[in-house]
Amino acid sequence: MSSAESTQAAVIAEPHIEEHAHRDDVRSRMGMWLFLFSELLLFGGLFLMYSVYRYMHQTDFSIASKEMNTFLGTLNTVILLTSSLTMALAINAMQRGKKGLSIFLQIFTILCGAAFMVNKFIEWSHEFAKGNYPGSAILASKPKGQILYFGLYYSMVGLHGIHVLVGMTIIAFMLVFTIRGKITPDNYVKLEAAGLYWHLVDIIWIFLFPLFYLIT
Amino acid sequence: MENLKEHTEHSHSYGLYVMVWLALITLTGLTAVIAGINFGKLSVVVALVIAVIKSYLVLTEFMHLKSEPRAFKTFIFVALFFLLVSFTLLFSDYSFIIGK
Repeated sequence: MSSAESTQAAVIAEPHIEEHAHRDDVRSRMGMWLFLFSELLLFGGLFLMYSVYRYMHQTDFSIASKEMNTFLGTLNTVILLTSSLTMALAINAMQRGKKGLSIFLQIFTILCGAAFMVNKFIEWSHEFAKGNYPGSAILASKPKGQILYFGLYYSMVGLHGIHVLVGMTIIAFMLVFTIRGKITPDNYVKLEAAGLYWHLVDIIWIFLFPLFYLIT
Repeated sequence: MENLKEHTEHSHSYGLYVMVWLALITLTGLTAVIAGINFGKLSVVVALVIAVIKSYLVLTEFMHLKSEPRAFKTFIFVALFFLLVSFTLLFSDYSFIIGK
């Protein structure tokens, strides 16, 4: 009786597990999307603040944005877009069971993030050397609109930079999972979720770039 | 089996991703070039329109929104709609104060 019972239990349990695993992937992604909405509101609020201050101080914002290094800004945009491509390809490679290629692409994505941060470091060092940093006497002597521009620049681009660092850390974890065989061609939802986060960071930069570097 | 089917729906070809990437790079170049030309007040509109097109490409292709269930799209639409509402309310309020 007990053996009959256990067979019956196994019959019931098996399709249940399969169904559960199937539903879980969609739910995991949905959970990630819900988190991304909270990110959207976080940056949305900052963009709201930016738009009002820019509307109030149009010429000051234009003058202050001339201080930005447009070349490095454009280069960073290209770097982030490329890293988004390699992340999408890393997931695609995993779907096709090409583990080695996926590992290579994940490493490349992390390196792109690092290159982005190095450029940011160069840019910020340059601004600091010019005295354009919060609390500096040189910046304090400038018109109010320009002070606001730099305040928004450091908080928004800084927050985005933190997101890049977090994204790099998450992908580094995914890399370890992939190497250890926790992420497989049948179960790669973790990698997908990490990808969603990375693409969101990319989208935020897509808006930050023209709003801070390309004011005419 | 169903699980497997769902996965294949997600896999695009490498080529499609590269095409999307090329489009994104081209649009970035376009934004930078257009910023050099002075369109006056239209400049910011042009820059934002290009940014929206780029985001749409990333959302649908890289983030696989194209092949996600309809509920996902509805969620995103609602989230973006409310963001737009807050922008609209803020600016209508702001122009009202300025008008006074």
